[in-house]
Amino acid sequence: MKIIVCVKQVPDTAATMTVEDGVINWGDAPLIINPWDEYAVEAALNLTADQGGEVTALCLGKEGETEAIKHALAMGVDTAVMVSDPDLKGADNVAVSKVLAAAIEKIGGADLALFGQQSVDSDTGLLPPQVARYLGWPSLTLVSSFESVDPGVGKIRVLRTMEEGGQVVDSALPAVISVSKDYGEPRYPSFMGIRKASKAEFPVWSLADLDLEAPSSSVSWPEVREPAQKEIITEIIAGDSPEEKAKSLVEKMIAEKVL
Amino acid sequence: MTKKILAYIDHFHGKVQPSSWEALGVAKEMAADSGGEAAALVLGEGLEKVAASAFQYGADQVLVADDPILKDFRPEPLADMVKQAAEKYEPDVIIFPTTTRGRILAAMAAVDLDSGVMVDVIDLDWSGDQIVATRPIYAGKLLAKLVCSTKPQVITIRTRAFAKPEPDPGRSGTPIQLEVSLDPDGISTSIASMEEKTEGVSLNDAVVIVSGGRGVALNPCLDPPDDLSEADTEIWKAKKGFELIEDLAGTLGAAVGASRASVDAGYIDYDHQVGQTGKVVSPDLYIACGISGAIQHLAGMRSSKVIVAINKDPDAPIFKFARFGVVDDMHAVLPPLTAELKAYLES
Repeated sequence: MKIIVCVKQVPDTAATMTVEDGVINWGDAPLIINPWDEYAVEAALNLTADQGGEVTALCLGKEGETEAIKHALAMGVDTAVMVSDPDLKGADNVAVSKVLAAAIEKIGGADLALFGQQSVDSDTGLLPPQVARYLGWPSLTLVSSFESVDPGVGKIRVLRTMEEGGQVVDSALPAVISVSKDYGEPRYPSFMGIRKASKAEFPVWSLADLDLEAPSSSVSWPEVREPAQKEIITEIIAGDSPEEKAKSLVEKMIAEKVL
Repeated sequence: MTKKILAYIDHFHGKVQPSSWEALGVAKEMAADSGGEAAALVLGEGLEKVAASAFQYGADQVLVADDPILKDFRPEPLADMVKQAAEKYEPDVIIFPTTTRGRILAAMAAVDLDSGVMVDVIDLDWSGDQIVATRPIYAGKLLAKLVCSTKPQVITIRTRAFAKPEPDPGRSGTPIQLEVSLDPDGISTSIASMEEKTEGVSLNDAVVIVSGGRGVALNPCLDPPDDLSEADTEIWKAKKGFELIEDLAGTLGAAVGASRASVDAGYIDYDHQVGQTGKVVSPDLYIACGISGAIQHLAGMRSSKVIVAINKDPDAPIFKFARFGVVDDMHAVLPPLTAELKAYLES
């Protein structure tokens, strides 16, 4: 089976974020693959290990933002494609999903397009259903397990999560799926994988390569700022024993009308 | 200019996600300020009660599509109905709650209606020419202001960021029925089965959260069974630690949270994880037990109104964000704390 897994490069989650002159800054924190995308890569590799086939990593980003692709290649994906174009600066999620859908079609389609549940930078989780809408494929989000897959007849059964519990869904292929962290721990890249990834070459497509004009964006971000720091005065609860401290804490909480 | 605002009422088999009423509340305020009207959109099967509630929560109109084909959560037919409703009602703004379903349907609506979506917003300012939405990015480490230049503007609001309106039991109305003419053969998904969750309060809706970190497994006074491996002993201790947290949570009607460290160590399910790669929460009260306060965890909970930290390490970073700190072993503090609170709440 053929799987395309969409990955994104983001600053490390341990980064302290600041804004200087309206520009987001993460200091010297490393750039990494979006942690949630690792679960999608893991699922793609396990599915093709069972079924045979090929996994392509697809990444949209600025020129040179190759950390996510390199990590996916090091984990074991077969090929990669990068989409990069100066005209994508400021693109909103609708515009980005349109471009990703076009890239998926140019790759030649797939049985599955996999995503992480969201990215840790913009935190939207919008792309999987939006790409699905552009492709006309069903969208299955927050999938924690693949119960059965039959690319021959074009069917898949997955378990997806909602507030009320888990739902087992049958769907036709091709489909867009976002994989949740419940899927299971992603593998670490092997030494051989890292070497292979460092030498890998992959195409970089522009909007012209996808036969697209610069997509228009409805949503813009006129301002990004650091949240106002709440002035917190920490009061350490005194007491000679845990019991005393517990009693005193409850009294303080009542006085502060927390309860 | 008067505005028509449409609020999506998210429910599962008739059980409404409470944040849907918050979305309707925002729609009402926005409509009132422009002399316009607020409508509720309800999709599913057997919707009389939900539609009646929507009137009670203040909807001027309630648009209903009631059909067996819409009973289960399948995004494609539901998104088709959102599009149809938007084309019929012509709202200026559509507001969804940021629930699992709300997020998906808002995403699809933006594509289907050739517009844009501002997701998980915590503040809205419609006093000027355009609606300015504020949303957290990088799990709340930064805030972004967004505007949407096309109509309808699709917005999802974060749970508990906006006030829930008071229902008026005397209010009622007649819903407008939408025609459902979806082709069942055109829908490529079906629901095989559903495993409903039985456990308590969800993190997103919780007014109070009690969370456990690595410290839950470090009770020195426990006597674990001899036949367990080292790894199993750690898990066994952690489960005992979480029992203390559950007791306190049960007393307070709170949800149980966890740090990534305790989830990754296998102490508790991922469902409970608070932080940058878990859930971002902002309850009125957050009690962190045995949590040191890694930046990823702080990002997920620091907008809580009041934070209480219990940790035996006086240098734990969590104390800098806490209103009240208890420097002591959580295993020693939690039982008397639960007892004191129980006594207070019962008095």
